[in-house]
Amino acid sequence: MNPWPFINGSYGITLLFLLGAGWLTLARYRRARRRLAQAMQR
Amino acid sequence: MPYERGMNEEVLPVMRSKSGGWLHYLANPARFMRVAVPALPWLTVVSVLLCAVGIVWGYQFAPADWEQGDAARIMYVHVPAAWVAMAGYAALAVCSLFSIVWRHPLADIAAEEIGPVGAGFTAVCLVSGSLWGKPMWGAYWVWDARLTSVLILFFLYLGHVALIRAFDNKAHAYRAAAILALAGAVNLPIIVFSVQWWNTLHQGNTISLSGGSKIYVTMLYPLLISTLGFYLAFITMVVARVAAAINERKLAAALLAAALHAAEEERT
Repeated sequence: MNPWPFINGSYGITLLFLLGAGWLTLARYRRARRRLAQAMQR
Repeated sequence: MPYERGMNEEVLPVMRSKSGGWLHYLANPARFMRVAVPALPWLTVVSVLLCAVGIVWGYQFAPADWEQGDAARIMYVHVPAAWVAMAGYAALAVCSLFSIVWRHPLADIAAEEIGPVGAGFTAVCLVSGSLWGKPMWGAYWVWDARLTSVLILFFLYLGHVALIRAFDNKAHAYRAAAILALAGAVNLPIIVFSVQWWNTLHQGNTISLSGGSKIYVTMLYPLLISTLGFYLAFITMVVARVAAAINERKLAAALLAAALHAAEEERT
């Protein structure tokens, strides 16, 4: 059995999770900081 | 610390060791933000670099296994994800203990933010393990002790996330979730020792902290780098989520204060 589709799938799902979760976390962190800064200015 | 003012100097060290005084010091949201915010960019850069080096090394440059061939490359993402999933749950249980014993709000926030990230790493472990199982065992899934206990870990993470969202009263939610997390911690030694206690299809431990690892350095180094990268990625995500949650709570408090102030002015 050719293992490469399984290897590619494993690495693909891992990269998708790391990049996706990282992106979502960064977006939430920046949004929270921006909204707090805006509220403090008012 | 404010609550220690006027206390006997001889009693203080004993009191701190008995009551977890140093934890009170560390679990202050303002102190956390002072350390976390400047550390986050560095944590992000180092974790991205380590993950990239570990993943590329494992995928492209590490040697194939003499028995499993190239399929063993899945190890460089599967094993770090599994270790982080277990360490994440241990951290969740410790935060839950702090929450129940010392009622630290930061422990509650940390536990809430660890849940989804830990569930994600556990899902990666399960999916990559399943994809490793097919070419090696001929099946994506078997009800083996190791696989089943990790699946239970995944459900415990999901249960923790769901329980926190199931209550209108946050304090009740955190307490119920902390009890679940502590009870679920019994699953951790079961996962670790499952390959010794039962005759499983899953292979036994390859790496040992006490020496006698059954892996050659050309495979060990990329595995360790990938593991370090995954651990740092987990820590970075959790720290960023906790910082975001603290800012969200500050914003909610500020908006509430502004609304109360406006209502007060309207009345007068």
